[in-house]
Amino acid sequence: MSRVGWIRLAVIGTAIGLLEISCRLGLIDHRVVIAPSEMVDALVQLLISGQANDQIARTFGIVTAAVLISIVLGFALGVVIHALPRLREALDPFFATYYAVPIFIFYPVMIAIFGLSAIPILLMGVATALVAMIIGTLNGLDRIPRILTKVARVHQMGKLSTALRLKLPAAAPHLFTGVKLAVSYSFIAVIASEFILAPAGLGRIISDAYTDFDNRRMYALMLLLIVVATLVNMTLHTLDQRWAARRGLVKSWS
Amino acid sequence: MVVIKRAIDTLIVFAVMLLAWQALHQLVGDTALPGPVPTLQYLVRFLPTARFAENAWATLVSFFYALILSYALGLSIGIWMGVHRLSGAVGEPILISLYTLPKITLYPVVLLIFGLSTSGRVTFGAMHGVLPVALLTMNAIRNIPLVYLKSARTLRLSKGQTILTVLLPATVPEVISGLRIGFALTLLGVLLAEMFAAKHGLGFLIINAMQLLQAEEMVSVAVVLFVFAVVANALLLIIEHRLHRRV
Amino acid sequence: MTSTTLPDRQFHASLSGVTRIYPGAAGQQPVHALGPVDLDLRRGEFFAVVGPSGCGKTTLLEVLAGLQPATAGTVIFEGRPIANEVPEGIGVVFQEDASFAWLTVWDNAAFGLRRSGVSEAEVCRQVDDALSFMGLKDFTRAYPAQLSGGMRQRVCIARTLVLQPRFILLDEPFGALDAQTRLLMGDEVLRLWRRTDATVLLITHALDEATMLSDRIGAMSARPGRFLDIVETGWPRERDSTIVGEAQFGEITGRLWDTLRGESLKSVGTG
Repeated sequence: MSRVGWIRLAVIGTAIGLLEISCRLGLIDHRVVIAPSEMVDALVQLLISGQANDQIARTFGIVTAAVLISIVLGFALGVVIHALPRLREALDPFFATYYAVPIFIFYPVMIAIFGLSAIPILLMGVATALVAMIIGTLNGLDRIPRILTKVARVHQMGKLSTALRLKLPAAAPHLFTGVKLAVSYSFIAVIASEFILAPAGLGRIISDAYTDFDNRRMYALMLLLIVVATLVNMTLHTLDQRWAARRGLVKSWS
Repeated sequence: MVVIKRAIDTLIVFAVMLLAWQALHQLVGDTALPGPVPTLQYLVRFLPTARFAENAWATLVSFFYALILSYALGLSIGIWMGVHRLSGAVGEPILISLYTLPKITLYPVVLLIFGLSTSGRVTFGAMHGVLPVALLTMNAIRNIPLVYLKSARTLRLSKGQTILTVLLPATVPEVISGLRIGFALTLLGVLLAEMFAAKHGLGFLIINAMQLLQAEEMVSVAVVLFVFAVVANALLLIIEHRLHRRV
Repeated sequence: MTSTTLPDRQFHASLSGVTRIYPGAAGQQPVHALGPVDLDLRRGEFFAVVGPSGCGKTTLLEVLAGLQPATAGTVIFEGRPIANEVPEGIGVVFQEDASFAWLTVWDNAAFGLRRSGVSEAEVCRQVDDALSFMGLKDFTRAYPAQLSGGMRQRVCIARTLVLQPRFILLDEPFGALDAQTRLLMGDEVLRLWRRTDATVLLITHALDEATMLSDRIGAMSARPGRFLDIVETGWPRERDSTIVGEAQFGEITGRLWDTLRGESLKSVGTG
């Protein structure tokens, strides 16, 4: 690991360590935050007991479904929109403004229409992730060098072959950015929806634990979410950067 | 003219969306989703009321404080991490992780510390807005072309002059971009907080209306927030484009 | 003909035994980029430096300008030593586009002069003059992003010109331009040189450009850069790009290539 990596590890470790010490010494109220070691312990116990497994599976199931739908639908829509420049120009202001709108204001509307089930939660996940995937697809298709079609014709390649073997790999880095954002946005949307109002799910049991003053359970679940979200997102992010670097693309943090 | 044609196209898309709304309404009925026209009528009656004003004010105040906090903290952190290379290298992945984390998972901690007060909502909103401001500011500083700094030295500018007349203008477009994203996310954070645990505010009104089966109010408030967000974003985008045009 | 040593008083700038070693980043070897180099520049002369890529030409320029400190040796400008600070009277045109994107062409040119406390009327006079001279009179209200690469470089030159430097350093300013445009820009640089009476140091990788423009040319070795040969061209001051037709032109260029061919192979990695 590089020097920077070690420093980072030290910083995070020190922060956690300070939190641990402050909790143990009673500097931080036990009813507000519990010690990190206790959080880990609570999580381990919870996972062993299997009490939350249903909820965990449900939430991750919804997230996965949202991600898959967003990726497939987003890619398809992106391809279609890219092929119709006039439509694309007309939609441009909407795409530019989409993420400025706090989309959760429509969650209660979804509940009113579909009832309090997994469906509005799934819809929130898709609604949040879809446009990121569309934008990623549009960017990727934009950046296919025009020269590739000429090369394909010189090699006597058919349309499908050109699309799969030349265009797709050329667009891949930006497509992957869309995928990466779709995953992280779906995750955020589903958890937040479950937290606000849901019949079940990880977000729901965290908010229950809060209202029941069950700190151990609450922090255990929060820790689980933080660990999983961080692992998934950082893995995707690292892959994204690495593939972009290999292509000589300069990618910003997003 | 091209501009008019594009505007018409966009209006057509907008009209299609309104029609889709109307169609959905016919499908699911009044109690679930009122149509565009009844919503507008309700809005006209509701906006002037004291109840709306009180709740709008509550949200506005929380949002305002949260925004100031986001911007002040975000800019400070961003500038420090941009100028101090090591801190930037160490801190960037940490900030990115926090950015992609569903921050709602940390909301109970905020609630435990602040209770159901405005400070809690302000903090939660700021938690959302700080990160894009910090990250984009940091990037803006890192991306200053080295040749600008060398030019400043050949022109024999003092350190203060270099910062004010070269570094600052060079970073402004990207920083404004960060401020725009920070605006949207801070608003989202404040509204989420209100939807979950508040007795006032527009976010609260939406959830409350849903629970009382007052669909018209629920949709109207959503529309108000939608318009607010779109207009604010459009204004910031105009500013951003004006600056980017030169760069 | 190589240069002979001249009495001290006539030198505008000189380097004695100058070496530049870049300290290595964490865990890396330090890089010996330049030197030891000796160079004496006469006041008002046009000196070009040619050499293979990576040989240290830019380092030489930056040390001479005071943008970088010499690791060893002394740099003297107008009788005074330079250490890590750019002295008054020096102008630099960089390889990269250094025009400030947020200012118009006019404001870019006026930038340096405004900060030196000159009256606004005087600033206007000087800037208008410089922009006319550089052929930018019709573009004063444009932003650099709206201009071509060559024009942006002219903006940078105008910004330098306005400050009336006595010593102008140019680091491959025409690197990104096509061959014909380069020749024309060469004419521009000669006009600039004659008008300002400044001493000019030009870094270039184009041998014909160096031969065409300079009074003397220094051929640099591969890294660490040292002067292998210094050639006097003997051209008259009132010269322009048509000089490429002279018989001597081919001889001088040929001599430079003789010296540099081996060095260039080294830097490509097959030497």
